[in-house]
Formats: sequence, C-alpha cells, structure tokens
Amino acid sequence: MVHGVPVPTDDWTPSAIERERTAYRTRATRRSALVAAMASVAVLAVVAAAVTSSPGWPAFRETFFNWDKAVDSLPAVAQGLWLNIRVMLVCAVCIAVLGMVVAIMRTARGPVMFPVRALGTAYVDLFRGLPLLLLLFLLGFGMPSLRLAGLPTSALFWGGLAITLSYSAYVAEVFRSGIESIHPSQWAAARSLGLTYRQTLRHVVLPQAIRRVTPALMNDVVSLQKDSGLVAVLGVVDAIRAAQIETSVDYNFTPYVVAGALFLLLTIPMARFTDWLARRQGLRSGVL
Amino acid sequence: MTGSALSSAASPVLAVEHLRKAFGAHVVLRDVSLSVAQGECVVLIGASGSGKSTLLRCVNLLERADDGIVRLDGVDITDPRVDADAVRSRIGMVFQAYNLFPHLSVLDNVTLAPIRVHKLAPEPARAAGLAMLERVGLSHKAAARPDSLSGGQQQRVAIARALVSTPRVMLLDEVTSALDPELVGEVLDLLRDLKSDGMTMILNTHEMGFARQVADTVCFLDGGGIVEQGSPDAVLGHPSHARTRQFLSRLRV
Repeated sequence: MVHGVPVPTDDWTPSAIERERTAYRTRATRRSALVAAMASVAVLAVVAAAVTSSPGWPAFRETFFNWDKAVDSLPAVAQGLWLNIRVMLVCAVCIAVLGMVVAIMRTARGPVMFPVRALGTAYVDLFRGLPLLLLLFLLGFGMPSLRLAGLPTSALFWGGLAITLSYSAYVAEVFRSGIESIHPSQWAAARSLGLTYRQTLRHVVLPQAIRRVTPALMNDVVSLQKDSGLVAVLGVVDAIRAAQIETSVDYNFTPYVVAGALFLLLTIPMARFTDWLARRQGLRSGVL
Repeated sequence: MTGSALSSAASPVLAVEHLRKAFGAHVVLRDVSLSVAQGECVVLIGASGSGKSTLLRCVNLLERADDGIVRLDGVDITDPRVDADAVRSRIGMVFQAYNLFPHLSVLDNVTLAPIRVHKLAPEPARAAGLAMLERVGLSHKAAARPDSLSGGQQQRVAIARALVSTPRVMLLDEVTSALDPELVGEVLDLLRDLKSDGMTMILNTHEMGFARQVADTVCFLDGGGIVEQGSPDAVLGHPSHARTRQFLSRLRV
C-alpha cells in the first residue's frame, strides 16, 4: 500500500479533514518507526549481554572468532569454496537438462507413451528415494572399483554425477508441477493453430511453466550450493573439508565460521536475486 | 441467397456425417449431420450442455469423435491416417475465454502459427501479423501483453490469431459470452465484416439478434442432435418444433 500526500494536479487543495488525517498518519508512522527501532536495539543488547557475560565466553571467542586464525585459514577455505562453486555450476546445468527431460517424459500423454512415462516415474522413485550420501558412496567408491577401461576414476566426476542424479529427480518434479499447472485451454489454443505437441510444449507451455516454478527452482539452487560440499566424503577437498583440516592443526574452530560466512556470502545474494526475479514476474504478469 | 440453397451446393467446405461423441456414459452428440458451404455462416443455438462446443471441438479434432465422419473439402479428416496438426492449421478456432498466450506479446500471439506451423520467415510473418492486427483495429497494441487489454480487445486479437493463417473455416465458440455487455459490439462488428468478406464460419452464440443478422443457417441442438435447421427467419421466427419454441420462449423471458 502506498502512503503519501496526494499531489494536486488540478485546482484541488486538500480539505481541512484531509489535512488533519495526513498529519495524523505522519505522526503515527513516525511513532511506530521509533518503537520498532527501540525494541530492536533492546533485544539485541539483551542477547549480546547474555552471550558475552556467559562464563565460557572468553574461551568461546578464542575458539570460534579468532581473527588471526581466520586470516590464516581463509586462503585454504576459499580454495575449497572454489571447488564448491565449480561443482555447483556444472551440476546445475546438468540437473536442469536431465530434470526437464524426465519431467517431459512423465507428462507425456497417450497409451503409446506409457513406457516413457513409466521410465520417468521409475527414475524419480529411485533417485528421490535413495539418500544422496548413499548414492555418493555407491558411485564414488563402487564405479572406480569396477576398473572398467574408459570409465572415469575421478572422485569429483562420480560425486558430481551422484548429485546430478539425485537433484534431477527433485527438479523433474518441480518442472512437472509447472507443466501440469498450465491450463488445458492453452494447449487447446495452441493445438487449434496447428502447432504439434512438441511445438506447443516448446513455445507455449514450457515458457509459462518455467516462469511459474522459478522461485521453487531457486530454492533447489541454494540447497545445491551447500550440498555440493558432499563430494568431500569421496576425499575431495571442499570448503568445509578445508576448514576441518585447518581446525585439526590446533583445535581452533574459527575456520568453520569462516566457511559459514563464505557460504552466506554466496547464498544471500542468490536469495535477493530470487526475490527480485519473482517480483519482476509478478509485475509483468499481474497475477503470479 | 438462402442458407438451404448454399448447403445444397455441390462441394461443401465442411461436412459432418452422423457424428457421435460421448464422455463416459454421457452421450453429448448422438447423431449429428451438418453441411457448410463456401461462405456460409452457420449458427448453432441450444441450451448449455446441448453439445454445441463439443461439436466445434470434434470438427477441429481437439476431441476425437466416437463415430461418424467430418470432411474438410471432401477429405475425411477423422481418418486416423490424416495429419491432425495439418488439418487444424487450416481451421481457425476462437474460444470463449480468448485463450491468448500470456507470455507472448499481442503480435507474437498472432505470428506464432505463421512462423512455427507455416514456416514463414520472421519478417513476412511480422508484416502479416501487423496487417491482421490493423484489420481488427489493434495494430497500436502489437507490443502489449494480452492481459493489459480489455476483454473485447483480447477477443479481437484471438480472432486475428486464427485469421492470419487464412483458414478454410472459422469455428467461433461463444466468443462474446465472457465479455461485458458494452464490449460485445466491437467483436460482433468484426464478425459481421468477416461474414461480408465471404469467410465460412460456424458459431455458437446466445446473441439471437446477431444470429438473425448474420446466419445463413440456424441449427437448434437438443438431446444430442440437430432438432431443427433452416433460415434464421424459419428457425427463430417460425419454429416448427415444440422444443425449439420452448427454448426460444425461455430466452425471451
């Protein structure tokens, strides 16, 4: 809701009643802003006082917020984070493609397409049902042990594949819900123009469906940013594994806090971007 | 020229023969036969649920008929060996709720089929689209989003979208039913123009005054079949069947 004084565009001047109402609204707004600010400061002060006056605080500060340790561990943790980012980017692209393929398979129509639908459903059932960690172990340790010629042995490759397979199952369901949310009248209109099933999907249904599920997909992207670190169980050094190594030197946990801060630096801009995207779409379509 | 003279012409644009369509146990169309000549305007009237929309959807192959034949220019289009997409590209359809594509601009709505179905290059498609928008009086809205338009404007865009592929026949399904009363006129004016340009059309409507003006033939549907068929004067003015009289008298109340 937009508050504000109406701008006179003609010979209108606010009546006495309107001037009094405007003055009241201004006073009320100022008062509630002041109350909110004071309350926030009070709550923060109480929490800060409680934490810093706790008996363990000096030791806690030394172990988790040691500035020198933070500076020392930053390069190693940042290098680990670079691996997280690369895994995330490559997997995100593969997940988007595979998820879309599975979603299209699951929404295929007609008795002829039954095997395609069944395959899609089986994929989702399998890879959404298996814990990601289990998948990582099975692929990461199992596949290289087959010692098949030509099969990659890189832990990073198998780890990335495990993440892609698992996330694609979730993303496929998000895409499917988007496709199914498009009203049948859109299909009817497109088909009545002579567009084929494939053309209707490509030019009419998917563009609308993808826009609708973007907020849900961004949720999965943020989740993926963090889960990209799970490849560490296969012996690859990501940000958290790097922090763990740094910590093991002197049992100072500051590197974990550094890793946490770096993850937040990644995910918070992503969250604001998602909000911005959703708002822009809402403005454009008027209804979403 | 009267409707009956037109329908008895040698080669109808569209011929429906003994069409049957049921949804589960509910038989919507029992045995419908209809012939539409070049340039003829056939108006279907009847209560809601009498199968008017289903008939149009069967003609456009959006619904698969359970039995019977639909011929377009003499060719049986209900034959499963026929390419349904190619058939639909030669039949224009306009829906009650406009069904414009909300993610595309008005012009892109109109040029989608020319570019994707008829494989026109973007430039000629754009020119054809703008010319068609000009014809429905909306070329100044070419870049707008459909939902920024009034209902009447949206329906005129939908008509332009169907017309741009120069269809053999236009199917108009209750095209004014969702419109505010003051917006109905602009759409009916456009349909009147179409009729005078010689477009072959089948339309469902509740606008009896309009039906009387533009129809060559009026068909009254009831109980899954065409109960009465003839010139607007005959069917609307002097209905011979009791069920037709009953339907019309309910409308006039």
